Amino acid sequence: MSNSVDLRPASTGQRAAEGTLERPMAQAQPGAIVEPEGEIAITIENLSLWYGPKQALTNVSMKIPARKVTALIGPSGCGKSTLLRCINRMNDLIPTVRIQGSLYYHGVNLYGPDIDPVEVRRRIGMVFQKPNPFPKSIYDNVAFGARVNGFKGNLDQLVEQSLRRAALWEEVKDNLKKSGLALSGGQQQRLCIARAIANQPDVILMDEPCSALDPIATLKIEDLMRELVKDYTIIIVTHNMQQAARVSDYTAFMLTDEQVTGQLVEYGPTEELFTTPKDRRTEDYISGRFG
Amino acid sequence: MTRDLFNAELRQLQDDVLTLGSMAEKAILDALESMRDGDVEWSRRIIEDDQRINKKRFEIEDRAIFVIASQQPMATDLRALASILYIITDLERIADHAEGIARINTMMEPEPLPRRLGYIPAMADRAVAMLRDSLKAYIEMDVDAAVQICNADDEVDRLQDSVYEDCIQQMVANPATIQRNTYLLWTAHNIERIADRCTNICERVVYTVTGHMDELNVSRY
Repeated sequence: MSNSVDLRPASTGQRAAEGTLERPMAQAQPGAIVEPEGEIAITIENLSLWYGPKQALTNVSMKIPARKVTALIGPSGCGKSTLLRCINRMNDLIPTVRIQGSLYYHGVNLYGPDIDPVEVRRRIGMVFQKPNPFPKSIYDNVAFGARVNGFKGNLDQLVEQSLRRAALWEEVKDNLKKSGLALSGGQQQRLCIARAIANQPDVILMDEPCSALDPIATLKIEDLMRELVKDYTIIIVTHNMQQAARVSDYTAFMLTDEQVTGQLVEYGPTEELFTTPKDRRTEDYISGRFG
Repeated sequence: MTRDLFNAELRQLQDDVLTLGSMAEKAILDALESMRDGDVEWSRRIIEDDQRINKKRFEIEDRAIFVIASQQPMATDLRALASILYIITDLERIADHAEGIARINTMMEPEPLPRRLGYIPAMADRAVAMLRDSLKAYIEMDVDAAVQICNADDEVDRLQDSVYEDCIQQMVANPATIQRNTYLLWTAHNIERIADRCTNICERVVYTVTGHMDELNVSRY
Protein backbone atom coordinates (compact mmCIF):
# COMPACT_ATOMS: atom_id res chain seq x y z
CA MET A 1 0.00 0.00 0.00
CA SER A 2 1.43 3.31 -1.02
CA ASN A 3 1.51 5.91 1.67
CA SER A 4 3.59 8.28 -0.39
CA VAL A 5 1.87 11.61 -0.88
CA ASP A 6 3.82 12.78 -3.88
CA LEU A 7 0.90 13.45 -6.18
CA ARG A 8 2.10 14.24 -9.65
CA PRO A 9 1.70 17.74 -11.13
CA ALA A 10 -1.46 18.37 -13.07
CA SER A 11 -1.13 18.25 -16.82
CA THR A 12 -4.47 19.92 -17.42
CA GLY A 13 -5.83 23.18 -16.17
CA GLN A 14 -8.20 21.84 -13.51
CA ARG A 15 -9.53 24.33 -11.01
CA ALA A 16 -8.15 24.37 -7.52
CA ALA A 17 -10.02 25.32 -4.38
CA GLU A 18 -9.67 28.78 -2.97
CA GLY A 19 -8.22 28.94 0.46
CA THR A 20 -10.45 31.30 2.40
CA LEU A 21 -13.81 31.09 4.05
CA GLU A 22 -16.52 33.59 3.31
CA ARG A 23 -19.46 32.42 5.41
CA PRO A 24 -18.63 31.27 8.91
CA MET A 25 -21.63 29.48 10.37
CA ALA A 26 -22.87 25.95 11.03
CA GLN A 27 -21.82 25.76 14.64
CA ALA A 28 -21.74 22.22 15.99
CA GLN A 29 -22.83 21.71 19.58
CA PRO A 30 -20.00 21.55 22.11
CA GLY A 31 -18.64 18.02 22.30
CA ALA A 32 -20.50 16.90 19.18
CA ILE A 33 -17.31 16.71 17.10
CA VAL A 34 -14.92 14.13 18.54
CA GLU A 35 -11.68 14.03 16.55
CA PRO A 36 -10.37 10.52 15.90
CA GLU A 37 -7.09 9.45 17.43
CA GLY A 38 -4.13 7.95 15.57
CA GLU A 39 -3.02 8.45 11.97
CA ILE A 40 -5.17 10.79 9.93
CA ALA A 41 -5.63 10.10 6.20
CA ILE A 42 -7.83 13.03 5.23
CA THR A 43 -8.17 16.41 6.89
CA ILE A 44 -11.04 18.62 5.81
CA GLU A 45 -10.89 22.26 6.89
CA ASN A 46 -13.72 24.76 6.53
CA LEU A 47 -14.91 23.18 3.31
CA SER A 48 -17.78 24.88 1.52
CA LEU A 49 -19.13 24.05 -1.94
CA TRP A 50 -21.59 25.62 -4.35
CA TYR A 51 -23.32 24.16 -7.43
CA GLY A 52 -23.73 27.41 -9.32
CA PRO A 53 -25.54 29.75 -6.89
CA LYS A 54 -26.76 26.89 -4.69
CA GLN A 55 -24.66 26.11 -1.66
CA ALA A 56 -24.31 22.37 -0.91
CA LEU A 57 -21.67 22.28 1.84
CA THR A 58 -21.06 24.82 4.58
CA ASN A 59 -17.88 25.08 6.54
CA VAL A 60 -17.26 21.36 7.05
CA SER A 61 -14.20 20.46 9.14
CA MET A 62 -13.29 16.92 10.09
CA LYS A 63 -10.38 14.52 10.27
CA ILE A 64 -10.78 11.07 8.76
CA PRO A 65 -8.63 8.36 10.34
CA ALA A 66 -6.42 6.04 8.29
CA ARG A 67 -7.37 2.37 8.00
CA LYS A 68 -10.75 2.86 9.58
CA VAL A 69 -14.26 2.89 8.10
CA THR A 70 -15.85 6.31 8.37
CA ALA A 71 -19.55 6.55 7.55
CA LEU A 72 -21.30 9.71 6.34
CA ILE A 73 -25.00 9.66 7.18
CA GLY A 74 -27.83 12.15 6.91
CA PRO A 75 -31.09 12.81 5.07
CA SER A 76 -31.23 13.27 1.30
CA GLY A 77 -29.75 16.59 0.26
CA CYS A 78 -27.54 16.96 3.33
CA GLY A 79 -24.36 17.02 1.24
CA LYS A 80 -22.83 13.69 2.19
CA SER A 81 -22.29 12.48 -1.40
CA THR A 82 -21.03 15.93 -2.35
CA LEU A 83 -18.51 15.78 0.49
CA LEU A 84 -17.46 12.28 -0.57
CA ARG A 85 -16.91 13.42 -4.14
CA CYS A 86 -14.77 16.34 -2.94
CA ILE A 87 -12.33 13.86 -1.43
CA ASN A 88 -11.19 12.54 -4.82
CA ARG A 89 -12.00 15.70 -6.76
CA MET A 90 -14.90 14.14 -8.64
CA ASN A 91 -16.75 17.43 -8.30
CA ASP A 92 -14.12 19.04 -10.52
CA LEU A 93 -15.93 17.35 -13.40
CA ILE A 94 -19.04 19.46 -12.80
CA PRO A 95 -18.55 22.82 -14.55
CA THR A 96 -20.51 25.04 -12.14
CA VAL A 97 -18.91 23.80 -8.94
CA ARG A 98 -17.06 26.27 -6.70
CA ILE A 99 -15.15 25.12 -3.65
CA GLN A 100 -13.69 26.98 -0.67
CA GLY A 101 -11.60 25.63 2.15
CA SER A 102 -8.94 22.95 2.28
CA LEU A 103 -8.78 19.21 1.97
CA TYR A 104 -5.54 17.47 2.88
CA TYR A 105 -4.48 13.93 2.09
CA HIS A 106 -1.70 12.92 4.48
CA GLY A 107 -0.88 16.62 4.83
CA VAL A 108 -0.90 17.45 1.09
CA ASN A 109 -3.54 19.92 -0.07
CA LEU A 110 -5.54 17.93 -2.64
CA TYR A 111 -6.70 21.17 -4.25
CA GLY A 112 -3.20 22.64 -4.46
CA PRO A 113 -2.20 24.11 -7.83
CA ASP A 114 0.34 21.37 -8.64
CA ILE A 115 -1.84 18.40 -7.83
CA ASP A 116 -2.94 16.01 -10.59
CA PRO A 117 -6.62 15.07 -10.08
CA VAL A 118 -6.11 11.86 -12.04
CA GLU A 119 -3.43 10.76 -9.60
CA VAL A 120 -5.70 11.82 -6.73
CA ARG A 121 -8.40 9.51 -8.10
CA ARG A 122 -5.91 6.66 -8.42
CA ARG A 123 -4.91 7.03 -4.79
CA ILE A 124 -8.45 7.64 -3.67
CA GLY A 125 -10.64 5.14 -5.50
CA MET A 126 -14.41 5.17 -5.68
CA VAL A 127 -17.21 2.60 -5.75
CA PHE A 128 -20.62 3.83 -6.80
CA GLN A 129 -24.21 3.16 -5.81
CA LYS A 130 -25.02 1.07 -8.84
CA PRO A 131 -22.45 -1.51 -9.87
CA ASN A 132 -20.89 -0.21 -13.08
CA PRO A 133 -18.59 -2.84 -14.55
CA PHE A 134 -17.27 -2.14 -18.04
CA PRO A 135 -18.78 -4.26 -20.82
CA LYS A 136 -15.62 -6.34 -20.81
CA SER A 137 -14.44 -9.62 -19.32
CA ILE A 138 -13.98 -9.97 -15.57
CA TYR A 139 -10.22 -10.04 -16.14
CA ASP A 140 -10.21 -6.92 -18.29
CA ASN A 141 -12.38 -5.04 -15.83
CA VAL A 142 -9.86 -5.57 -13.07
CA ALA A 143 -6.83 -5.02 -15.31
CA PHE A 144 -8.27 -1.88 -16.90
CA GLY A 145 -6.77 0.73 -14.58
CA ALA A 146 -3.41 -0.98 -14.44
CA ARG A 147 -3.19 -1.05 -18.24
CA VAL A 148 -4.19 2.62 -18.53
CA ASN A 149 -1.55 3.53 -15.94
CA GLY A 150 1.11 1.53 -17.77
CA PHE A 151 1.48 -1.13 -15.10
CA LYS A 152 4.74 -3.02 -15.68
CA GLY A 153 4.32 -5.90 -13.20
CA ASN A 154 2.61 -9.26 -13.46
CA LEU A 155 -0.92 -8.45 -14.58
CA ASP A 156 -2.29 -11.97 -13.89
CA GLN A 157 -1.02 -11.75 -10.36
CA LEU A 158 -2.52 -8.29 -9.88
CA VAL A 159 -5.92 -9.46 -11.15
CA GLU A 160 -5.92 -12.54 -8.93
CA GLN A 161 -4.75 -10.58 -5.88
CA SER A 162 -7.40 -7.89 -6.44
CA LEU A 163 -10.19 -10.41 -6.94
CA ARG A 164 -9.09 -12.30 -3.83
CA ARG A 165 -9.10 -9.11 -1.78
CA ALA A 166 -12.56 -8.33 -3.08
CA ALA A 167 -13.68 -11.83 -1.98
CA LEU A 168 -14.67 -12.70 -5.55
CA TRP A 169 -11.82 -14.92 -6.75
CA GLU A 170 -13.29 -18.25 -5.68
CA GLU A 171 -16.53 -17.49 -7.51
CA VAL A 172 -14.99 -16.36 -10.81
CA LYS A 173 -11.52 -17.94 -11.07
CA ASP A 174 -12.67 -20.46 -13.70
CA ASN A 175 -14.55 -17.86 -15.74
CA LEU A 176 -12.28 -14.83 -15.95
CA LYS A 177 -13.18 -14.35 -19.61
CA LYS A 178 -16.87 -14.12 -18.83
CA SER A 179 -18.40 -10.66 -19.17
CA GLY A 180 -18.50 -8.63 -15.97
CA LEU A 181 -22.09 -7.78 -16.85
CA ALA A 182 -23.05 -11.49 -16.59
CA LEU A 183 -22.36 -11.50 -12.84
CA SER A 184 -25.03 -10.98 -10.19
CA GLY A 185 -25.49 -7.48 -8.70
CA GLY A 186 -23.50 -8.33 -5.59
CA GLN A 187 -20.73 -9.93 -7.64
CA GLN A 188 -20.67 -6.91 -9.97
CA GLN A 189 -20.21 -4.60 -6.98
CA ARG A 190 -17.35 -6.75 -5.67
CA LEU A 191 -15.87 -6.68 -9.18
CA CYS A 192 -16.00 -2.87 -9.04
CA ILE A 193 -14.24 -3.01 -5.67
CA ALA A 194 -11.61 -5.34 -7.18
CA ARG A 195 -11.20 -2.87 -10.05
CA ALA A 196 -10.69 -0.04 -7.55
CA ILE A 197 -8.22 -2.12 -5.52
CA ALA A 198 -6.21 -3.02 -8.63
CA ASN A 199 -5.22 0.62 -8.92
CA GLN A 200 -3.49 0.22 -5.56
CA PRO A 201 -5.33 3.04 -3.86
CA ASP A 202 -4.87 4.15 -0.27
CA VAL A 203 -8.43 5.33 0.29
CA ILE A 204 -11.66 3.79 -1.05
CA LEU A 205 -14.76 5.97 -1.23
CA MET A 206 -18.08 4.13 -1.36
CA ASP A 207 -21.24 5.98 -2.31
CA GLU A 208 -24.16 3.86 -1.07
CA PRO A 209 -22.44 0.71 -2.34
CA CYS A 210 -25.20 -1.66 -1.21
CA SER A 211 -28.34 0.27 -2.03
CA ALA A 212 -28.93 -1.76 -5.22
CA LEU A 213 -28.10 -5.11 -3.60
CA ASP A 214 -30.14 -7.78 -1.83
CA PRO A 215 -29.55 -8.38 1.91
CA ILE A 216 -27.16 -11.32 1.46
CA ALA A 217 -25.04 -9.47 -1.12
CA THR A 218 -25.12 -6.45 1.22
CA LEU A 219 -23.75 -8.48 4.12
CA LYS A 220 -20.98 -9.84 1.88
CA ILE A 221 -19.92 -6.31 0.96
CA GLU A 222 -20.05 -5.30 4.62
CA ASP A 223 -17.85 -8.27 5.60
CA LEU A 224 -15.52 -7.28 2.79
CA MET A 225 -15.29 -3.71 4.09
CA ARG A 226 -14.22 -4.97 7.54
CA GLU A 227 -11.57 -7.09 5.81
CA LEU A 228 -10.35 -4.31 3.52
CA VAL A 229 -10.07 -1.77 6.31
CA LYS A 230 -6.98 -3.59 7.59
CA ASP A 231 -5.16 -2.11 4.56
CA TYR A 232 -7.31 0.74 3.29
CA THR A 233 -9.04 3.83 4.57
CA ILE A 234 -12.73 3.49 3.71
CA ILE A 235 -15.28 6.28 3.62
CA ILE A 236 -18.85 5.22 2.99
CA VAL A 237 -22.01 7.19 2.34
CA THR A 238 -25.06 5.22 3.38
CA HIS A 239 -28.74 5.76 3.99
CA ASN A 240 -28.85 2.55 5.97
CA MET A 241 -28.11 3.49 9.57
CA GLN A 242 -27.85 -0.11 10.69
CA GLN A 243 -25.21 -0.56 8.03
CA ALA A 244 -23.29 2.47 9.27
CA ALA A 245 -23.56 1.10 12.82
CA ARG A 246 -22.38 -2.35 11.70
CA VAL A 247 -19.42 -1.49 9.51
CA SER A 248 -18.00 1.86 10.53
CA ASP A 249 -15.57 2.92 13.23
CA TYR A 250 -16.50 6.61 13.00
CA THR A 251 -19.71 8.23 11.86
CA ALA A 252 -20.43 11.76 10.70
CA PHE A 253 -23.99 13.08 10.70
CA MET A 254 -24.70 15.83 8.17
CA LEU A 255 -27.79 17.93 7.81
CA THR A 256 -29.36 20.65 5.72
CA ASP A 257 -31.83 22.78 7.67
CA GLU A 258 -33.54 26.13 7.12
CA GLN A 259 -30.45 28.09 8.08
CA VAL A 260 -27.50 26.03 6.85
CA THR A 261 -27.05 23.64 3.94
CA GLY A 262 -24.65 20.72 4.15
CA GLN A 263 -23.40 21.16 7.69
CA LEU A 264 -21.57 18.65 9.86
CA VAL A 265 -23.71 18.29 12.96
CA GLU A 266 -21.95 15.50 14.80
CA TYR A 267 -18.90 13.32 14.29
CA GLY A 268 -17.38 10.72 16.54
CA PRO A 269 -16.93 7.03 17.32
CA THR A 270 -19.82 5.08 15.79
CA GLU A 271 -20.67 3.34 19.05
CA GLU A 272 -21.16 6.66 20.82
CA LEU A 273 -23.03 8.35 18.00
CA PHE A 274 -25.60 5.57 17.74
CA THR A 275 -26.10 5.01 21.46
CA THR A 276 -25.56 8.42 23.05
CA PRO A 277 -25.60 11.14 20.41
CA LYS A 278 -24.68 14.59 21.71
CA ASP A 279 -26.92 16.64 19.43
CA ARG A 280 -30.71 16.42 19.53
CA ARG A 281 -30.87 16.55 15.72
CA THR A 282 -28.67 13.45 15.47
CA GLU A 283 -30.87 11.68 18.01
CA ASP A 284 -34.01 12.58 16.07
CA TYR A 285 -32.54 11.44 12.77
CA ILE A 286 -31.08 8.12 13.88
CA SER A 287 -34.20 7.26 15.84
CA GLY A 288 -36.26 7.84 12.70
CA ARG A 289 -38.09 10.94 13.87
CA PHE A 290 -37.28 12.92 10.76
CA GLY A 291 -35.41 12.60 7.50
CA MET B 1 -43.07 13.43 14.66
CA THR B 2 -43.01 10.00 13.07
CA ARG B 3 -42.67 6.53 14.60
CA ASP B 4 -46.14 6.40 16.11
CA LEU B 5 -46.08 2.61 16.00
CA PHE B 6 -42.77 2.43 17.85
CA ASN B 7 -43.95 4.95 20.45
CA ALA B 8 -47.10 2.90 21.05
CA GLU B 9 -45.04 -0.30 21.41
CA LEU B 10 -42.71 1.40 23.89
CA ARG B 11 -45.61 2.73 25.95
CA GLN B 12 -47.19 -0.73 26.09
CA LEU B 13 -43.90 -2.23 27.25
CA GLN B 14 -43.55 0.45 29.94
CA ASP B 15 -47.08 -0.33 31.13
CA ASP B 16 -46.15 -4.01 31.27
CA VAL B 17 -43.05 -3.17 33.33
CA LEU B 18 -45.32 -1.38 35.81
CA THR B 19 -47.64 -4.38 35.95
CA LEU B 20 -44.68 -6.66 36.66
CA GLY B 21 -43.50 -4.19 39.32
CA SER B 22 -46.94 -4.30 41.00
CA MET B 23 -46.87 -8.10 40.99
CA ALA B 24 -43.42 -8.08 42.63
CA GLU B 25 -44.51 -5.52 45.22
CA LYS B 26 -47.60 -7.55 46.12
CA ALA B 27 -45.43 -10.65 46.49
CA ILE B 28 -43.15 -8.86 48.99
CA LEU B 29 -46.05 -7.48 51.06
CA ASP B 30 -47.89 -10.82 51.06
CA ALA B 31 -44.75 -12.76 51.96
CA LEU B 32 -44.07 -10.52 54.97
CA GLU B 33 -47.69 -10.63 56.12
CA SER B 34 -47.90 -14.41 55.75
CA MET B 35 -44.72 -14.67 57.84
CA ARG B 36 -46.07 -12.35 60.53
CA ASP B 37 -49.32 -14.35 60.63
CA GLY B 38 -47.53 -17.70 60.40
CA ASP B 39 -49.85 -18.55 57.49
CA VAL B 40 -48.04 -21.39 55.74
CA GLU B 41 -50.82 -22.02 53.21
CA TRP B 42 -50.68 -18.39 52.10
CA SER B 43 -46.89 -18.69 51.72
CA ARG B 44 -47.35 -21.79 49.54
CA ARG B 45 -49.71 -19.84 47.28
CA ILE B 46 -47.13 -17.03 47.02
CA ILE B 47 -44.51 -19.60 45.98
CA GLU B 48 -46.84 -20.98 43.30
CA ASP B 49 -47.73 -17.47 42.10
CA ASP B 50 -44.09 -16.75 41.39
CA GLN B 51 -44.56 -18.76 38.18
CA ARG B 52 -47.03 -16.12 36.96
CA ILE B 53 -44.45 -13.42 37.59
CA ASN B 54 -41.77 -15.37 35.71
CA LYS B 55 -44.19 -15.88 32.83
CA LYS B 56 -45.00 -12.17 32.69
CA ARG B 57 -41.29 -11.31 32.65
CA PHE B 58 -40.70 -13.67 29.67
CA GLU B 59 -43.69 -12.20 27.83
CA ILE B 60 -42.25 -8.70 28.19
CA GLU B 61 -38.80 -9.89 27.19
CA ASP B 62 -40.17 -11.59 24.07
CA ARG B 63 -42.05 -8.46 23.07
CA ALA B 64 -39.08 -6.16 23.73
CA ILE B 65 -36.81 -8.35 21.60
CA PHE B 66 -39.39 -8.36 18.82
CA VAL B 67 -39.63 -4.55 18.97
CA ILE B 68 -35.81 -4.31 18.79
CA ALA B 69 -35.75 -6.63 15.77
CA SER B 70 -38.66 -5.03 13.94
CA GLN B 71 -38.12 -1.34 14.77
CA GLN B 72 -34.32 -1.31 14.92
CA PRO B 73 -34.21 1.48 17.51
CA MET B 74 -31.23 3.75 18.01
CA ALA B 75 -29.96 6.09 20.72
CA THR B 76 -32.52 6.85 23.48
CA ASP B 77 -35.03 4.40 21.99
CA LEU B 78 -32.45 1.62 22.05
CA ARG B 79 -31.40 2.49 25.60
CA ALA B 80 -35.04 2.48 26.69
CA LEU B 81 -35.54 -1.03 25.33
CA ALA B 82 -32.23 -2.33 26.66
CA SER B 83 -33.18 -0.92 30.07
CA ILE B 84 -36.52 -2.68 29.97
CA LEU B 85 -34.72 -5.99 29.51
CA TYR B 86 -32.60 -5.30 32.62
CA ILE B 87 -35.41 -3.87 34.71
CA ILE B 88 -37.71 -6.84 34.15
CA THR B 89 -34.86 -9.14 35.18
CA ASP B 90 -34.47 -7.14 38.41
CA LEU B 91 -38.22 -7.18 39.05
CA GLU B 92 -38.40 -10.90 38.50
CA ARG B 93 -35.49 -11.40 40.92
CA ILE B 94 -37.21 -9.12 43.45
CA ALA B 95 -40.22 -11.43 43.24
CA ASP B 96 -37.86 -14.39 43.70
CA HIS B 97 -36.65 -12.83 46.97
CA ALA B 98 -40.29 -12.44 48.04
CA GLU B 99 -40.80 -16.09 47.18
CA GLY B 100 -37.68 -16.84 49.27
CA ILE B 101 -39.27 -15.12 52.27
CA ALA B 102 -42.46 -17.15 51.76
CA ARG B 103 -40.36 -20.33 51.57
CA ILE B 104 -38.63 -19.42 54.84
CA ASN B 105 -42.05 -19.07 56.45
CA THR B 106 -42.93 -22.62 55.42
CA MET B 107 -39.84 -23.80 57.33
CA MET B 108 -40.42 -21.78 60.51
CA GLU B 109 -41.85 -23.61 63.48
CA PRO B 110 -45.25 -22.66 64.90
CA GLU B 111 -45.14 -19.98 67.56
CA PRO B 112 -47.54 -17.52 69.20
CA LEU B 113 -49.02 -15.02 66.72
CA PRO B 114 -48.46 -12.38 65.59
CA ARG B 115 -44.78 -13.17 65.36
CA ARG B 116 -42.26 -10.70 66.66
CA LEU B 117 -40.11 -9.85 63.66
CA GLY B 118 -38.05 -7.00 65.16
CA TYR B 119 -36.66 -4.59 62.55
CA ILE B 120 -37.71 -6.73 59.60
CA PRO B 121 -41.08 -5.02 58.91
CA ALA B 122 -39.33 -1.60 58.96
CA MET B 123 -36.72 -2.94 56.53
CA ALA B 124 -39.46 -4.29 54.28
CA ASP B 125 -41.32 -0.95 54.37
CA ARG B 126 -38.18 0.86 53.18
CA ALA B 127 -37.52 -1.71 50.45
CA VAL B 128 -41.10 -1.56 49.18
CA ALA B 129 -40.96 2.26 49.20
CA MET B 130 -37.74 2.05 47.19
CA LEU B 131 -39.44 -0.24 44.68
CA ARG B 132 -42.42 2.09 44.29
CA ASP B 133 -40.22 5.16 43.99
CA SER B 134 -37.86 3.56 41.50
CA LEU B 135 -40.78 2.56 39.26
CA LYS B 136 -42.15 6.10 39.54
CA ALA B 137 -38.73 7.49 38.59
CA TYR B 138 -38.71 5.02 35.70
CA ILE B 139 -42.05 6.12 34.32
CA GLU B 140 -41.21 9.81 34.77
CA MET B 141 -37.61 9.28 33.60
CA ASP B 142 -36.55 11.35 36.60
CA VAL B 143 -32.77 11.14 36.98
CA ASP B 144 -32.63 13.24 40.17
CA ALA B 145 -35.23 11.07 41.87
CA ALA B 146 -33.40 7.92 40.72
CA VAL B 147 -30.16 9.11 42.33
CA GLN B 148 -32.00 10.13 45.51
CA ILE B 149 -33.76 6.76 45.87
CA CYS B 150 -30.42 4.95 45.95
CA ASN B 151 -29.48 6.78 49.14
CA ALA B 152 -32.35 4.95 50.88
CA ASP B 153 -30.42 1.73 50.33
CA ASP B 154 -28.03 2.83 53.11
CA GLU B 155 -30.95 2.92 55.52
CA VAL B 156 -31.98 -0.59 54.53
CA ASP B 157 -28.39 -1.71 55.13
CA ARG B 158 -28.40 -0.06 58.59
CA LEU B 159 -31.66 -1.80 59.48
CA GLN B 160 -30.14 -5.08 58.39
CA ASP B 161 -27.25 -4.41 60.80
CA SER B 162 -29.85 -3.91 63.54
CA VAL B 163 -31.62 -7.18 62.64
CA TYR B 164 -28.25 -8.93 62.76
CA GLU B 165 -27.32 -7.54 66.18
CA ASP B 166 -30.78 -8.29 67.55
CA CYS B 167 -30.74 -11.88 66.31
CA ILE B 168 -27.18 -12.57 67.53
CA GLN B 169 -28.05 -11.23 70.99
CA GLN B 170 -31.09 -13.49 71.18
CA MET B 171 -29.13 -16.51 69.99
CA VAL B 172 -26.44 -15.89 72.63
CA ALA B 173 -29.02 -15.34 75.35
CA ASN B 174 -31.09 -18.35 74.41
CA PRO B 175 -29.56 -21.02 72.13
CA ALA B 176 -33.04 -22.50 71.62
CA THR B 177 -33.78 -19.48 69.35
CA ILE B 178 -30.82 -20.09 67.02
CA GLN B 179 -32.93 -21.75 64.32
CA ARG B 180 -35.68 -19.11 64.47
CA ASN B 181 -33.20 -16.23 64.36
CA THR B 182 -31.28 -17.80 61.51
CA TYR B 183 -34.52 -17.75 59.50
CA LEU B 184 -34.93 -14.09 60.35
CA LEU B 185 -31.38 -13.35 59.16
CA TRP B 186 -32.19 -15.05 55.87
CA THR B 187 -35.35 -12.99 55.61
CA ALA B 188 -33.40 -9.77 56.23
CA HIS B 189 -30.91 -10.81 53.57
CA ASN B 190 -33.72 -11.27 51.04
CA ILE B 191 -35.06 -7.81 51.82
CA GLU B 192 -31.61 -6.28 51.51
CA ARG B 193 -31.25 -7.87 48.06
CA ILE B 194 -34.63 -6.41 47.05
CA ALA B 195 -33.36 -2.91 47.92
CA ASP B 196 -30.20 -3.55 45.93
CA ARG B 197 -32.26 -4.55 42.91
CA CYS B 198 -34.15 -1.25 43.24
CA THR B 199 -30.85 0.63 42.91
CA ASN B 200 -30.24 -1.36 39.70
CA ILE B 201 -33.58 -0.10 38.37
CA CYS B 202 -32.56 3.48 39.24
CA GLU B 203 -29.24 3.00 37.44
CA ARG B 204 -31.19 1.97 34.33
CA VAL B 205 -33.30 5.13 34.58
CA VAL B 206 -30.11 7.21 34.59
CA TYR B 207 -28.73 5.17 31.68
CA THR B 208 -31.90 5.55 29.62
CA VAL B 209 -31.87 9.33 30.00
CA THR B 210 -28.14 10.11 29.94
CA GLY B 211 -26.44 7.10 28.36
CA HIS B 212 -24.12 6.85 31.37
CA MET B 213 -23.71 3.54 33.14
CA ASP B 214 -22.77 4.39 36.72
CA GLU B 215 -23.14 2.39 39.90
CA LEU B 216 -25.25 4.66 42.09
CA ASN B 217 -24.83 2.97 45.45
CA VAL B 218 -22.47 0.11 46.23
CA SER B 219 -24.06 -2.28 48.71
CA ARG B 220 -22.00 -3.28 51.72
CA TYR B 221 -23.39 -6.81 51.50
